[in-house]
Amino acid sequence: MLLTVVTFLPLLGVPALLFLRSDDHAWIRRIALTVSLAEFAISLFLTPQFAADEPGYQFVENHGWIAQAIHYHVGIDGISLFLVLLTTFLTPLAILCSWNSIREKVTGFFVAILVIETAMIGVFVSLDLFLFFVFWELTLIPMYFLVGIWGHERRIYAAVKFILYTMFGSILMLAAILWLYNVAGTFDLPAVQLTLQMKLPLAPRTEMLLFGAFFLAFAIKVPLFPLHTWLPDAHTEAPTAGSVILAGVMLKLGTYGILRFCLPLFPDAAHRAAPYIGALAIVGIVYGALVAAVQPDLKRLVAYTSVSHLGFVVLGIFAFESIAIQGAIYQMLNHGISTGGLFLAVGMLYDRRHTHEIKEFGGLATPMPVLMSFFLFICLSSLALPLLNGFIGEFLILIGVFQNHHAWAAWASSGAVLSAIYLLWAYQRVALGEVSIEKNRALPDASGRERLILATVAATILLMGVASPFFTRRMEPSTDNLLRQINLPENARRSIPAPQRVTLTSVADRRVQP
Amino acid sequence: MMQFPAEQAGNLHRLAPEIVLCAFGILVMVIDPFVGAAKQKRLGWLAFAGALLALSVVRVMAYDPGLAYSALIRADAFSIFVHVVVIGAAALAILGSLTYLENEGIQRGEYYALVLFATAGMGILAGANELITAFIGLEMSSISSYILAGFRRRAMKSSEASLKYFILGSFATAFFLYGIAMIYGATGTTRIDLIQDALARQPAQELAILGLGLIFVGLGFKVVAAPFQIYAPDVYEGAPTPVTALLASAPKAATFALMLRIFDVSFGTAGSLWFWAVWVSAALTMCIGNFAAVVQTNVKRMLAYSSIAHAGYILVAFTASTAIGIAAVLFYLAAYALMKAGAFLVLAHLGQRGEKRLDIKDYAGLGAKQPVLAACFSLFLLSLLGLPATGGFLGKFFAFQAALDSRIVWLVVIAALNSVVGAYYYLRVIVAMYFWEPSKDYTPTAVAPSLTTALACAAAGTIYLGLFPSRVLAFAKAAADSLPLR
Repeated sequence: MLLTVVTFLPLLGVPALLFLRSDDHAWIRRIALTVSLAEFAISLFLTPQFAADEPGYQFVENHGWIAQAIHYHVGIDGISLFLVLLTTFLTPLAILCSWNSIREKVTGFFVAILVIETAMIGVFVSLDLFLFFVFWELTLIPMYFLVGIWGHERRIYAAVKFILYTMFGSILMLAAILWLYNVAGTFDLPAVQLTLQMKLPLAPRTEMLLFGAFFLAFAIKVPLFPLHTWLPDAHTEAPTAGSVILAGVMLKLGTYGILRFCLPLFPDAAHRAAPYIGALAIVGIVYGALVAAVQPDLKRLVAYTSVSHLGFVVLGIFAFESIAIQGAIYQMLNHGISTGGLFLAVGMLYDRRHTHEIKEFGGLATPMPVLMSFFLFICLSSLALPLLNGFIGEFLILIGVFQNHHAWAAWASSGAVLSAIYLLWAYQRVALGEVSIEKNRALPDASGRERLILATVAATILLMGVASPFFTRRMEPSTDNLLRQINLPENARRSIPAPQRVTLTSVADRRVQP
Repeated sequence: MMQFPAEQAGNLHRLAPEIVLCAFGILVMVIDPFVGAAKQKRLGWLAFAGALLALSVVRVMAYDPGLAYSALIRADAFSIFVHVVVIGAAALAILGSLTYLENEGIQRGEYYALVLFATAGMGILAGANELITAFIGLEMSSISSYILAGFRRRAMKSSEASLKYFILGSFATAFFLYGIAMIYGATGTTRIDLIQDALARQPAQELAILGLGLIFVGLGFKVVAAPFQIYAPDVYEGAPTPVTALLASAPKAATFALMLRIFDVSFGTAGSLWFWAVWVSAALTMCIGNFAAVVQTNVKRMLAYSSIAHAGYILVAFTASTAIGIAAVLFYLAAYALMKAGAFLVLAHLGQRGEKRLDIKDYAGLGAKQPVLAACFSLFLLSLLGLPATGGFLGKFFAFQAALDSRIVWLVVIAALNSVVGAYYYLRVIVAMYFWEPSKDYTPTAVAPSLTTALACAAAGTIYLGLFPSRVLAFAKAAADSLPLR
């Protein structure tokens, strides 16, 4: 039950918001915040009840839904546990950071945020391919509205580009899901996985095509170079809360999908494609970093760092080493918190000056020391300073990658160096030196609300930097298990008989009753 | 042939919905002269009551399925399913017409009578077990539709629509009739369930296949399959919008039902012969519909092209030609009737007097002015687009699944890519409604209770089919199983 509650609780806030008068902004915000905080509090109960050394799915619920082939089947393991928590953690922050900056159509804004929270959690907990796809598509529409209605100048262009890119990827994935159903006779992920492992019915070419269809959808979402071009636009044009959710959680839907679907379902294709994907990931790391360095727009700069950081994650996944995959998951969390934090800080600057241009800033540390200190702290986390969270993630990935691919590790390390360059340089131009523009001198420092947001982010960064075993200990059994499945030798798979086939329409044996 | 034996009189209940529809149609016509011009709207309510009654007597039909009238009519689960879709769509269209006709100043009793006659014709199409009977049903629905399309007779576009529909429609029915003649020549029967035996007995099937091709031309016209779709945008755009809601949903369902009977029952054994023709037609239909819709700025015309595109998706399931495929077609037809009728009925209101406000620019900022109506319209558009949790998604889902089950891979890939193209133009309307600045010269008008009811039913149905499709899917499968497939 707990998992269903966690998934659908945000939706309960929606009718409450719709019943409020649409100009009663204060209560709309309060209710939205209360719901999201309650959601976070309840989701925290997942951790103590989670059995750390259990590799399989936990909190499993499985009910029939459509015909006999489609189930409401949910559950989490060490891979998805913390991604759910990341979602519930970032949503209250996204709501808080929109406290004063959203003044029009306030109801719709918070409804969209709550709906997207349910949809994203749904993606992380679904163990049925159909259910997964439903939630996957449902994340798009609220984000489309968030960018399109409350975004900046070029918001419509960005929103349409975002949704068409992602839909293009997901529709081919739908075709692949249907194909899998026709092979395995069920949409149930563990059952499909078992069938593919044991029967090995897929010809290499078919497997590669299906892998490609899934991977394309996820790679667009990640986004992997060269499919990343929607990202800078969507991030730059989105309102702050939209960017936080987009960077913080939605990009992880892609990497999570690779871990949950691409690798276990199509292990051989994944192994064969790994060299190419690794190469693309490295190009993404370096390219993202270089492009970020030269951005005149602060928000765009942060957006490009995502391309670079997510490249690390993909590289870690395709190293096929338990430690690298743990690092990848860790880095997914880090990126959510650090880049989310960067967007929050940039949003606070925007609230004051209504611009993202770096040249409009300069010497901001003088008028607002607190905000800039937090900004620096988050930058340091993002560039992987030891003792902070980013370091753990990148380090684990690099160790894991180095074991089999020395060259990959060498190239990827250059990305770590570059991130120090672009982030510190950006910080220097924004915060250090003399105040170059006169009206910046009078800018107010962080308010109590903003301090609360930034302090929460900073505390989490520090916590994840020093207490990493708490997290990795819970991931390890699941990542080990994942690797055992994808590195299984071929002849071991054939020995066990395949499960019974259930047809989609076999319920129809009930005749039409008079 | 002329006797009227007791056995046939006992079969009347298998035609119960058509009898009710025709009786109410005649009743409306008879009462019409006695009702003052100001009170013609009451005839609309009478017709609506007739449609509801017909919908409920479908149960009578379901009570005792079987053949009727020397096996001319076949009342089976398949026919019942299509009856519900067709009559339901007609009821929605009648509800949507009540205030529309009043605003246009064309509130006339014969309008409603024609809707009922057309619906009765479609019911016959759905249950026909014999080709000439099917022809009668086709004519009954077509001729009523020709008149309905031109009902706004002072408007140039409406008359043009009527004329175009009539001339091209006559051609199409002629093709259909030729096809029947060929098949009769080849097999010596016009009974749909006997043709397959006759075909099995004789080796040379060229004449029958030629007949089937001609039938595909005639019926392809009705379901707007390419390359016979050319009339559709003009007719759908010109016809009064509630009529478009009816034309786009109900005849498509009835004609697809007949096509399924002819192609899968009569010619099921000759499947490979027509497979590629339908394959190509499906691919063309989707591409033409979607790519032409992209460039439209008139929303009504855009939705007309989208009807073409959806005919293509249905044809994808049609090519599967298995029980699963038939069930998928039926499910799609039900979901499609709800969302398409709903979308056109929204336009019937938004178009305002004289259908002047159909350009996408007119809907700028509608989300702020009429939030409920805009949300409703968005729901229909998202369902047409195929967003999960709506009926449109599951329709596509089952269609693709059925096609893949028959190993029709590339057509599914084409369909999948097409639905991304579709996303562009459906979303553009939503962009206008929510993202654009409100247009200054638009004053929203209140939605009449009758239209509200129709929209609420369509919206609720769309969501119901999206979230809990099991029941309807079971009915669709039972309907598919009730066909005498080989």
